[in-house]
Amino acid sequence: MEYEAVIGLETHVQLKTKSKMWCGCANEFGAPPNTNVCPVCLGMPGVLPVANDEGLRLTVLTGYLLHCTIPRFAKFDRKNYFYPDAPKNYQVTQYDKPSTANGYLDFEFNGGMSRVRITRAHLEEDVGKNFHFDRNSGVDFNRAGVPLLEIVSEPDITSPDMAYAYLNALKDVLVYGGVSDCDMEKGMVRCDVNISVRPKGQKELGAKIEIKNMNSFSGARKALEYEIPRQIEVLTKGGKLSQETRRWDDVANITETMRSKEQAHDYRYFPEPDLMPFEPTEAWLEEVSKRVVELPLARKQRFMVDYELPAPDAETFVNDVPLGDYFEKAVASAKNRKAIANWVINNLRAKITETQIPLAEVKVKPNDIPELVALVDNGKISSKIAQDVFAEMFTSGDSPAQIVEKKGLAQVSDTGAIEKLCDEAIAANPKSVEDYKAGKVAALNSLKGQVMKLSKGKANPALVGEILEKKLKA
Amino acid sequence: MLNQLTISELTGKLAKKESSAREAIQACLDQIQKVDGQIHAFLSYDAADALAQADAADKALASGATHSQQPLLGVPIAIKDVLAVKNHPLNCASKILGKFISPYDGTVIEKLKAAGAIVFGRLNMDEFAMGSSTENSAFGPTHNPWDIARIPGGSSGGSAAAVAADECIATLGTDTGGSIRQPAALCGCVGLKPTYGRVSRYGLVAFASSLDQIGPFTKDVRDSATLLEVMSGVDHRDSTSVPQPVPRYHSALTGDIKGLKIGLPKEYMIGGLDPQVNAAVQAAVQQLQKLGAEVVEISLPHTDYAVATYYIVATAEASANLARFDGIRYGARVDGKDPIELYSNTRGAGFGPEVKRRIILGTYVLSSGYYDAYYLRAQKVRTLIRQDFLKAFEKVDAIVTPTTPTAAFKIGEKSDDPLQMYLSDIFTISCNLAGICGLSLPCGFTTNPKLPIGLQLLGKPFGEETILKIAHAYEQSTNWHKERPLLKI
Ligand SMILES: [Zn+2]
Repeated sequence: MEYEAVIGLETHVQLKTKSKMWCGCANEFGAPPNTNVCPVCLGMPGVLPVANDEGLRLTVLTGYLLHCTIPRFAKFDRKNYFYPDAPKNYQVTQYDKPSTANGYLDFEFNGGMSRVRITRAHLEEDVGKNFHFDRNSGVDFNRAGVPLLEIVSEPDITSPDMAYAYLNALKDVLVYGGVSDCDMEKGMVRCDVNISVRPKGQKELGAKIEIKNMNSFSGARKALEYEIPRQIEVLTKGGKLSQETRRWDDVANITETMRSKEQAHDYRYFPEPDLMPFEPTEAWLEEVSKRVVELPLARKQRFMVDYELPAPDAETFVNDVPLGDYFEKAVASAKNRKAIANWVINNLRAKITETQIPLAEVKVKPNDIPELVALVDNGKISSKIAQDVFAEMFTSGDSPAQIVEKKGLAQVSDTGAIEKLCDEAIAANPKSVEDYKAGKVAALNSLKGQVMKLSKGKANPALVGEILEKKLKA
Repeated sequence: MLNQLTISELTGKLAKKESSAREAIQACLDQIQKVDGQIHAFLSYDAADALAQADAADKALASGATHSQQPLLGVPIAIKDVLAVKNHPLNCASKILGKFISPYDGTVIEKLKAAGAIVFGRLNMDEFAMGSSTENSAFGPTHNPWDIARIPGGSSGGSAAAVAADECIATLGTDTGGSIRQPAALCGCVGLKPTYGRVSRYGLVAFASSLDQIGPFTKDVRDSATLLEVMSGVDHRDSTSVPQPVPRYHSALTGDIKGLKIGLPKEYMIGGLDPQVNAAVQAAVQQLQKLGAEVVEISLPHTDYAVATYYIVATAEASANLARFDGIRYGARVDGKDPIELYSNTRGAGFGPEVKRRIILGTYVLSSGYYDAYYLRAQKVRTLIRQDFLKAFEKVDAIVTPTTPTAAFKIGEKSDDPLQMYLSDIFTISCNLAGICGLSLPCGFTTNPKLPIGLQLLGKPFGEETILKIAHAYEQSTNWHKERPLLKI
């Protein structure tokens, strides 16, 4: 029998706020233990939480980025459990009325497009971190109270690779949207997976097994690569799977039972009485929606369709948003989009790297690029001269026309002048003339080069070829 | 004796330089020395710190500071052991906090200090404010100054007894289901529970977050208005505080209550109401009518469900609020071989029986499979109870009831019967569930023994002005508040 996997992911992401969710302590990684703490985030007696508005905004912004609906009523709840890293022994979270719900994430996978539905993204607080020493343990509460978004997917994922692609796409969206830095090393992203297997074609789901303790996206993929065959093997051997939570052991590369369904926590959720329900006004939502940026995939597709760019060019403009924006300004009214993209990617970006001048301070105005391209296309200057013009544009900020004019770089298309130069070249290179007449076509190029040299590169190369041929054949 | 004065009397003397703040606090400290051995209102106090604050107040007064700028300048005010005062012990009358010293001031304490008060002393209470008699203190009960064989009420028993025994000018307490009004009634002082959201809870160690409010214990109604005005106002550190402007409560104290409508809930005339209490309350109602108030019967149909609803909502919240006392970060710790054993040892040794009972009850009503039947239903009934009051307040300006069904009972009398104990809050509990304001003031005494009886006035949300106005008019027309217990010294 063939089996298929059904996978859902719960991804925890630290929000990029200046301060923690309920107090004024810095939301900052790497400070000495227990230095970013106060009575509120230490759960001292008598303290109260006050919601960080930016945390609420970033939550809703994530909702917009993931195409979620934003309920006009959300609330906070207490999730009760005892653990030394939880200062209050309950975690403030959103249980049945989350701030965002019913969205989706589209991403490229296996050469096509995939969509994973998002059940919800709800706001909660991070906990401290336990450390174990030789004879005792310690807790660092610097992380306690940092705003944490839990993004829960529907079980739309069918393979470890797809899970990996989803996680990376999700990360791109969150980093791109300015919601989180998603720095894995700093523990800003963590994920749990829910996985079950069932015979292909069967409707009902198998026993749901949760795996925890993966430290990276590749860890999640590896855990699934281990767990799916394990579950299939149990079933094919006639065994039964039951709902449980397993732990990923990233040294042994196996999953092992953590707790069974019977041992599952009863979190005794109830509404957090210290916080008012969150009921965003239209004006507030409007403000947040202004922060919605175009997502990486959409941007790539738009650049490919609207500007007819090849995928690598589009990706360059996705990965470097300011450069992409510059390109869009440059290309606005121009025809030769590919040429403009080439100038921006190959020349402008190279100059920026070389000089370390940030794009915002670059003197070349976006509409100078199409002007330069037009000069080449219209035969006003050669593409070789264009390189020099661009270098001058970069240093002086002058327009290409100004530079061509000032430096007399305009291509010479005056037939009389070129004829004179051709005569000079023919007179000075009898050998080449002889070769050409003997049938060596390549000799023409040598003569052409001589003419160009005499014109200091300004002669219109096409015209030079034409005139030379005419004269030699005469 | 300065310790016997009200806030308005003392500030009058201080302003006229007839007395100093140092003399006032010294008088209180002397009285504590004399009587607190019998009363046990104070768990601790720092005399040197109090005297230093008094000296600072005297200095300010000498350099021209006035009571219109700082209404409590030089006034000693003692604090229930559930409110955080920076560098003072904070135990909630529990062993579990060990030698905990608060690292911060609660908002109300900040406001008192800004108003010039001498903030001193830790007042006894039922452990974590759970109780109605102050017998649940881990440090021994407080005794009623009117009869030391009797309880002072609770949970703010120390706050009430300290005022009644003139150990202080005024005190702060907290009220979750009657913990200010009930002890105020049983000790013969004025206790006010503000509307939920009127006073910031920041710095109040939560028992039941959606019910708790901080309020004053005073010797008369005017002082209650003075303290409420200082304490009230929206606080950016408490999301449940309400941005409602703070009125000048004094201006409501006109003595004129003609035409005000006062409701008498028929459901409160229950069996079990002590005849002497009933008689005193009836007499008080007649007095209010004499003063020009119109008394009408009203109905609060869901009254019967209040006690049950309260014990579900309050214990559910308490079970989570008290989870932080685990021996990990602060307070007492009894070690164990793993965290679970450490929790269990610490909490087992640190909490008293009533606290454990309520944590277990609260944990139970929130448990999966029971949540809907208990917690969710209780929340629905709570809404109905609030609607009862809001509907009644469409017809009346205030509601009058007895504060307690009986006068103070004997220490030990009900401590084996939690349910009987819970029923002593039957008249006060609904007010917290509805989130409205309430006040208790003296309205007579029982005979043999002579024990205070309290009259409860309940007001609309943010209707403190009205109940203060009525209470003040009544008080000015009677002499109950001037009676003092006879303490054997
Ligand atoms: Zn903090």
